[in-house]
Amino acid sequence: MFDTLTDRFDAIFTRLRGRGRLGDAEVAEVLREIRVALLEADVNLAVVRELIEAIRARCSGAELAKYLTPAQQVIKVVNEELTATLGGQALKISYASKPPTVVLLAGLQGSGKTTSSAGLARWFRQQGRHPYLIGADLQRPAAVEQLRVLGAEIGVGVFSEPTDPVSVARGGLAEAQRLGRDVVIVDTAGRLAIDRELMDEVRRVSEAVRPHYTFFVVDAMTGQDAVQTAEAFHQALQLDGIILTKVDGDARGGAALSVKQVVGRPIAFLSTGERVADFEVFHPDRLASRILGMGDVLSLIEKAEREYDEEVTGQALQRLQTGTFTLDDFLDQLRQLKKMGPLTGLLSLMPGVPKEMRDAKVDDRDVGKIEAIICSMTPLERADPTVLDGSRRLRVARGSGTSTTEVNNLLRQFKEMQKMMRGIGPMAKLMGGRPGNPSKSSKGTRKKVKGGRVTPSSKGLGPSR
Amino acid sequence: MALVIVLIVVAVVLVASGTLVAGTRSRRRDAVLTRARAPKARPSEPVPSVTTPAEPGTAPQLEIQAVHPALKDRLGRARGLLAGYLDQVRGRKGIDEATFEELEEALILADVGVTTTTRVLRDLRDRLHSGALSATDPPALLQALQDDLTSLFEGDVETLAYAEGEGPTVWLFVGVNGVGKTTTIGKLALRETKAGRGVVLAAGDTFRAAAGEQLESWAERADARIVRGSDGADPSSVIFDAVQHAASRGAGLVLADTAGRLHTKVNLMDELRKVRRVAERPPGQLTEVLLVLDATTGQNGVVQARQFTEAVGVTGIVLTKLDGTAKGGVVLAIRSELGLPIKLVGVGEGPEDLVPFDPTEFVSALFG
Repeated sequence: MFDTLTDRFDAIFTRLRGRGRLGDAEVAEVLREIRVALLEADVNLAVVRELIEAIRARCSGAELAKYLTPAQQVIKVVNEELTATLGGQALKISYASKPPTVVLLAGLQGSGKTTSSAGLARWFRQQGRHPYLIGADLQRPAAVEQLRVLGAEIGVGVFSEPTDPVSVARGGLAEAQRLGRDVVIVDTAGRLAIDRELMDEVRRVSEAVRPHYTFFVVDAMTGQDAVQTAEAFHQALQLDGIILTKVDGDARGGAALSVKQVVGRPIAFLSTGERVADFEVFHPDRLASRILGMGDVLSLIEKAEREYDEEVTGQALQRLQTGTFTLDDFLDQLRQLKKMGPLTGLLSLMPGVPKEMRDAKVDDRDVGKIEAIICSMTPLERADPTVLDGSRRLRVARGSGTSTTEVNNLLRQFKEMQKMMRGIGPMAKLMGGRPGNPSKSSKGTRKKVKGGRVTPSSKGLGPSR
Repeated sequence: MALVIVLIVVAVVLVASGTLVAGTRSRRRDAVLTRARAPKARPSEPVPSVTTPAEPGTAPQLEIQAVHPALKDRLGRARGLLAGYLDQVRGRKGIDEATFEELEEALILADVGVTTTTRVLRDLRDRLHSGALSATDPPALLQALQDDLTSLFEGDVETLAYAEGEGPTVWLFVGVNGVGKTTTIGKLALRETKAGRGVVLAAGDTFRAAAGEQLESWAERADARIVRGSDGADPSSVIFDAVQHAASRGAGLVLADTAGRLHTKVNLMDELRKVRRVAERPPGQLTEVLLVLDATTGQNGVVQARQFTEAVGVTGIVLTKLDGTAKGGVVLAIRSELGLPIKLVGVGEGPEDLVPFDPTEFVSALFG
């Protein structure tokens, strides 16, 4: 239903190129597309309006016409504006001179406060601190129990008692001081911004513990309402930062932008999964690409960095460039790739992957099959697949529990890939030559995938331009 | 299949090595160093336990209160924003482009979404051009818009279906994390036991810490039975046991909870498919698969509805947290794109605040 912005812009600009001139009317059309894209991403209407004005000011038709790829240029401007809006100063936690440093979490019901509390505690521990959790959500049945389970999982103490939130908070703080903990995280009950009584209560909790940091926890799937809720919480509690949760879904997270804009305080952390460990520091540039529906190369790179063995990968790259990439190398890479998690997830991180492919369900069991096929080959066969005649193929198929068709398929694809790689060898060098420039490496990936589209076997994926 | 995988391998090699050649990129290893990757152990042999409330004999008499808090009152608390736009429209002498812009903004702010908004307004415009609507009567235009939106829900069956004949009715609750599945089940359990039905709760959320405890405290309140598995147990087995338990005790209704899951997680959605298959196995009769949706959800709600429907055949939507400032307009988009009926709405914390959906009230509340 929703093509990526790049594709839509490309369509507009291709139409224009025939006429040669880029007028204000065309720019207006592009801006309309941007507006729709931002609204579809749940960015608040008022924020969208501001953004569009900022983008309009930077994209005059005459200026755009100078570029060979005006679409890319517009995207760049939009991306920069979004990043600027999302970014600003990053939140740097400075610890209280007289410990403990107190952190309070507040937000709507179901936004993920309890999970985030534990995630945050774990993060503080990784920073070498000694956190302590206070369960002041006495509203939801078993909320404290949930916090206790999570606390036990990460080895952080949890304080709570069935009295009232204010005295729990006060008691917990005293207990933390007695235990000599230097960070205290207070989990509060979810509440609606318009519930005066409960907003009052959280204000009293806040007054009781005098938090150094108050975080607003907001769900990445939130719609236009994010603004009003954030405003109300900000008024009551003077927020210091935002924690964006459920980022692992496919919501584009425009709410983050709205909240950031309204509260004027940075987005500090992201919760990217149900597990306590899925909690990380926020990077504005990545969310910007995501709101625009452009994939998230940086996360992919980071994931790859974490999981990949540098040496093996370096060799693989060299072989790719010189055209001596063997099935053995391929097997190595495949095994490393498996460590990074399900392939389907990886595809969604890559920009420029055609929609058909992104939606294709990659069955991770197929990876196992490919592994089995290669493992059933002799070293000679792996180094030089051309020796695989009919009888060898049959042996390999039997050995791996697959069929000769599957073996043939793999070999054909592998050959195609080798052919394709010879073409992009120099390109990969170019990428290497630009250290640490994310936008360059993102382009590299996109080009590469496009390279894949022109191979005869990838018919049906369709060239996009 | 091989093509995609081969491509991915190569692409990732390039991405990884591209930065490795660059070499010096600082590594952010702080918060994400040891991401737990192994899925929580899910023992294949769960040990379900059956807990019966302390005094099972004291089931309350049939006592259905006619509590139906006026949706509009609840929703009306924070309608300032929208009402502003609409007052502007009403106050004008004629209908022009500005009118449509204001209507568009009002609908978008209610999370109706660009696609549905555009379609609805195009329709209005057409009628204006054809003379079916007067160009000098803004209130009539507003009324027409309201009627259009209300009529989106025409022909919906808003009641929850009970199975006919033998075997317990099973209602399965699904949705993303934090939308209020467990709370909804708790409130429904209270309502159904009050109506004199024997209710068994199946604590199918074996993943989230203390989800079982949360449901158990509702079971106590509602005087319903609950079947729980051990943490990390296969949810299908818990639901299977709950159905068996209900059948043997002659309880008529099983409310099956499931762990919240994002619709993008292929393996978790597969797990849910299995849960559904097990839930409809006789003697159980699965009559409702309810998608619980949070009113604050934006356009992602449409994607959620589509994915869950595809996976487990959603029969209706429960829209929760409508008592806040959020309008829940995304259900209009869901209704017009997927045709799913809204069966229940949650308009408050109390059990009596889970009420049947009323399209007219919902739409007029949308308009403030």
